[in-house]
Amino acid sequence: MEHETFYTDLLCVGAGLAGERVAIEAAAAGFDAILLSLVPARRSHSCAAEGGMQAALGNCAMGEGDSPDVHFADTVKGSDWGCDQECARIFADTAPIAVREAAHWGMPWNRVVAGKAKYWKGGEEFEAEEKKEKHGLITARAFGGTAKWRTCYTADGTGHTLLYTLDNKITSLGVHVHDRVEAISLIHDGENCMGCVARDLKTGKLRVYLAKATLIATGGYGRLYSETTNTVINEGGGHIIALDTGLVPFGNPEAVQFHPTGVVPTNILVTEGCRGDGGTLLDVDEKRFMDKYEPAKAELASRDVVSRWMMYHIAQGKGVPSPYGDHLWLDIRHLGEKHITTKLREVYDLCRHFLGVNPITQLIPVRPAQHYSMGGVRTNSDGAAYGLKGLFSAGESSCWDMHGFNRLGGNSLAETIVAGRHVGIKVAEFLKGAEVTFKTELATQALAADAERIERLVRGADGNENVYAIKDAMQQVMMDKVGIFRNGDDLQAAVDTLREIYAKALKIGLKSNGIGANPELALALKMPGMVRLAICVAYGAQMRTESRGCHARDDYPARNDRDWLNRTLAYWTDLEADLPELKYEPSTQVMYLPPGDRGYGKTEIIPMDAPKED
Amino acid sequence: MSRTLKFNIFRFNPEDPNSVPHTDTFTLEETPSLTLFIALNKIREEQDPSLIFDFACRMAICGSCGMIINGRPGLACKTLTSELPTEITLMPLPVFKLVGDLSVDTGTWFRETNTKIESWIHNDQDFDAQAIEERMENDLANAIFELERCIECGCCVASCGTANMRPDFVGAFALNRIARFIMDPRDQRTNSEYFEVVGNDQGVFGCMGLLACEDVCPREIPLQDQLGILRRKMAFQGLKNLFKPKVTGRERRF
Ligand SMILES: Cc1cc2nc3c(=O)[nH]c(=O)nc-3n(C[C@H](O)[C@H](O)[C@H](O)COP(=O)(O)OP(=O)(O)OC[C@H]3O[C@@H](n4cnc5c(N)ncnc54)[C@H](O)[C@@H]3O)c2cc1C
Ligand code: SF4
Ligand code: SF4
Ligand code: FES
Repeated sequence: MEHETFYTDLLCVGAGLAGERVAIEAAAAGFDAILLSLVPARRSHSCAAEGGMQAALGNCAMGEGDSPDVHFADTVKGSDWGCDQECARIFADTAPIAVREAAHWGMPWNRVVAGKAKYWKGGEEFEAEEKKEKHGLITARAFGGTAKWRTCYTADGTGHTLLYTLDNKITSLGVHVHDRVEAISLIHDGENCMGCVARDLKTGKLRVYLAKATLIATGGYGRLYSETTNTVINEGGGHIIALDTGLVPFGNPEAVQFHPTGVVPTNILVTEGCRGDGGTLLDVDEKRFMDKYEPAKAELASRDVVSRWMMYHIAQGKGVPSPYGDHLWLDIRHLGEKHITTKLREVYDLCRHFLGVNPITQLIPVRPAQHYSMGGVRTNSDGAAYGLKGLFSAGESSCWDMHGFNRLGGNSLAETIVAGRHVGIKVAEFLKGAEVTFKTELATQALAADAERIERLVRGADGNENVYAIKDAMQQVMMDKVGIFRNGDDLQAAVDTLREIYAKALKIGLKSNGIGANPELALALKMPGMVRLAICVAYGAQMRTESRGCHARDDYPARNDRDWLNRTLAYWTDLEADLPELKYEPSTQVMYLPPGDRGYGKTEIIPMDAPKED
Repeated sequence: MSRTLKFNIFRFNPEDPNSVPHTDTFTLEETPSLTLFIALNKIREEQDPSLIFDFACRMAICGSCGMIINGRPGLACKTLTSELPTEITLMPLPVFKLVGDLSVDTGTWFRETNTKIESWIHNDQDFDAQAIEERMENDLANAIFELERCIECGCCVASCGTANMRPDFVGAFALNRIARFIMDPRDQRTNSEYFEVVGNDQGVFGCMGLLACEDVCPREIPLQDQLGILRRKMAFQGLKNLFKPKVTGRERRF
C-alpha cells in the first residue's frame, strides 16, 4: 500500500493553542514533536477567540484583591460544581504564570494606564483610578461569572495574537507541523497507544505516524449542531478516533455550552467582551431585561444563565421578529466610537461586513448559538487519557475537567496554555520513561482497515447515501432537540432519530471519484463517527435527570447533588451497537469547595445529603 | 428581485491524471446576505461534491479563504454576492502551490517564509516564573497589535508583481512582520541583524512600491507605511554596513 511513515516522540493531533503549548514543553525537554492539523496551524479555531483569557493578576483597579483562590471559586461555581476541583485548582494557580510566560514570548497584552479611567457597567458610566505602581502591567476586563475583572486581552484579537505567539515559538524550536493532515484512526494494541493513521488532505494519500506519546488536542465538536459559532473544522475528529478504540471514554458529552451573543443569521460570535465592557441586552421594546431576571449580575451572569433567560424572554413574546426567527438586541452604542473601534474592533468590522450594521449607531441582532464543548476525551489531572497508555489530551477536546457543566468566558483560552503547560510537563516526564517497541504489524493492520474503508466509500460498496444530507439531518436534530432547554420526550425522540441516521451513515457512498484532496471523502470518513458522538451527547442528556449548568431539563429543573454530582463516561465498546455504554464517576475526588449556591441563576438544589424519596 | 448568479470556477485536480485545467459553470439563485462562503458550500453540497475550496472561521479572521474574485484577491467568506455582478469568476491565488480547484497551499509558504525571516522574539533571557511581568506602555502594545493583525491570507502576496515574478520574494506580509519585531523591545535583534533578513532583493529592495498589496489587504494593515519605514531603515543600515569593518560572520557578505 502506498504510504509514508513518520516516527516521533510526541505526536500532537491538533495544532491549536493546546497542541502547540504541549509541544513546546516536550520540545524544550529535548524531544521531537510533530503536530498534525486540518488547516495551517495559525488557522486553527483558537485564532478566532476574541475577548481574552482569565488569570488572577489583580493589576487593574477593578481586579484589585483578586487571587487564584477567588479565580478557583468562580470556576467551581461557574461549573455548577460539575468540575474536577483538583484540576480547577492547578488551573487557577498556574494561570498567572502562563500569561506572563506568553508575554515573555512576545504576546502584546494590553496594559494598565495609570490615572482616572472611564468604564461602563450595565449601561451606566463610572470612573476608576488606575494605580501608578501598576502602570504598564497586564490589565484585564470583565467577563461573565467573575468576582473581579480578570480577563487579560489584546484588544479583541486575543486568540489570534496568542496563537501567533505560540506558533512563532514552535517555529523557533524547530517543531514540525504537518498541516492539512487528518488523523483518521489511532494505532494501539489494547493497552498502549502508538500513533495514528492519517490522510494527507492535499494529496489524499494515507500516512502512518508512530509515536511514543500521542496527544489529542483537536478542539470542540460544535459542528454537531446546525447553529454554532465554531469554525467549520470543529467536527470532533479527535473524539471520534479516541471513542472508536472502544477503550477511551467520552466524558460529559452532554455538557454543551450555548453563547448568548451569536449574531443572527450567521451565528458569527460577538465577544462576551461586549457585555464585559458594559454592553446591554435589549428586547423588542428596546428595554433591558437581564437586570430583572438577575438583579446582581444582570448581563454578566454566566453564559448558561444568560442564554436561558434570553430564550425565556423570547418565549414571553419579547423577541424581535425577523425572517430568521425571533432574536434580541445587543447594545454597545453607549461605549462610544473610540472604544468600539479600538477595544472592540473585530466586533466593529464583523458587524459592518457581515450584517451591514454599524454598532456605533445601531443595535446588533443576537441569539444564543452553540459555542463550546465542555465534554471530551476523559483524562486524569496529568492529561493522560483513561483506557490507553501513552494517549493524552488537552484543550477543548479534553475532559480534563475544570469546566464541569459550564465554562466561564475567558477560561478556555486560559485552559489551552495553562493545561497545555501542565500536561506538557507530564508528557515530557512520560517520554523520559518511555520504552516503546512499535509493533509495525499493528500499523499495517490499521492502515489496511482505513484503506479498505476508503475503497468501499469510493466504490459505493455499502450503499449510496448522501453524506451531506446525513450531516444536515444530524445537525438539525441536535439543534431542535438537544439544545438549550431539554426534556425527556425530546431527548428520546432525538436518540431514536439519530439511531436511524446512524444506520444511513454506515451506508454512505461517494458521488465523486474521491481522488486527491477530495472533500466529500474527508467528510464521509468521519460522518459515522460524528453521528456516534451526537448519540453520546443526546443519550447522555437523556439519562441525566437533573439540571446543572448548561444542561437544563424542563422536566427536572433542580440541580440534584444527591444523585448527579458525577460525570458521565460514554464508552462505545460494541462497534455493532448503536448506543454507547454509560458509566459514571464522582465529579471530583477532592472537594475544596462543597456544593452550594452560585450566586446567580436561581435554581432549586437537591443537596448531597437529602434523603431519597420513595 | 432575486438574481440568478452564474459562477465560473477554475477546476483542476493535480492528483487526478484525467484532470485538465478548465472552467466549470454553476448557477445559483441569490438569497439575502449571501456570501461566497455560503454559495460555494451550496454548490458543493447540491451540485458538485468534488469541488475543492478552503474555509475555516467563515468570519474573516483565519485567512483560509483567499481567492481571486472577479480578478481581484480577497476573502471569499467576507464577500457578499450583492457586491458583485451576476457573473462571478473565481480562481485560486497565484504564487502558492495549487492543491486543487480554488484551494492553494498557503500553509507551507507562510511557514517557510516565517522561518526564513525568523519571525519570533529573539531574546536570551530565561523566563522567570516567580517574577512579575516586564512593563510595557499600553500604546506600544496597541501599536504592535495593529501590525500583528495580519492573518496570513496571502492576498498581498498574490497581488504583488514582484512575488509573481520571483519565487523567493518574501512579500509585504513579511516586511510588516519584521516591522512588528523592530517595534518590540522584547526582540533584541539589532538593525544589522534585521538587515540580514530583509535588506536584500528578496526583501525590501525587491519591492516596486506599487501599492497593490495594501489595496487588497482585507485587514487594512498599513503595509505601505511599514514598507517605507523599513526601506529607509534598511537603506541606512546598508550604508552603515559599507563603511563598517567587516567583523562578524553574519555580516561578512557585505
Ligand atoms: C468565536 C469564538 C470566540 C472565542 N472567544 C474566546 C475567548 O474570548 N476566551 C476564551 O477563553 N475562549 C474563547 N473561545 C473558545 C476558545 O477559542 C477555544 O476553546 C480554544 O481556542 C480551543 O483551543 P484548542 O487548542 O483546544 O483547539 P483548536 O484551536 O480548535 O485547535 C484544534 C486543532 O486540531 C486540529 N484537528 C482537528 N481534528 C483533527 C484531526 N482529525 N486530525 C488532525 N488535526 C485535527 C485542527 O486543525 C486544529 O489545529 C472562543 C471560541 C469561539 C468559537
Ligand atoms: S498583510 Fe494583509 S493581505 Fe497580506 S497576508 Fe496579512 S492580512 Fe493578508
Ligand atoms: S508595494 Fe511592494 S510588496 Fe506591495 S505589491 Fe507592490 S511590489 Fe509587492
Ligand atoms: S474562512 Fe476564515 S478568513 Fe475566510
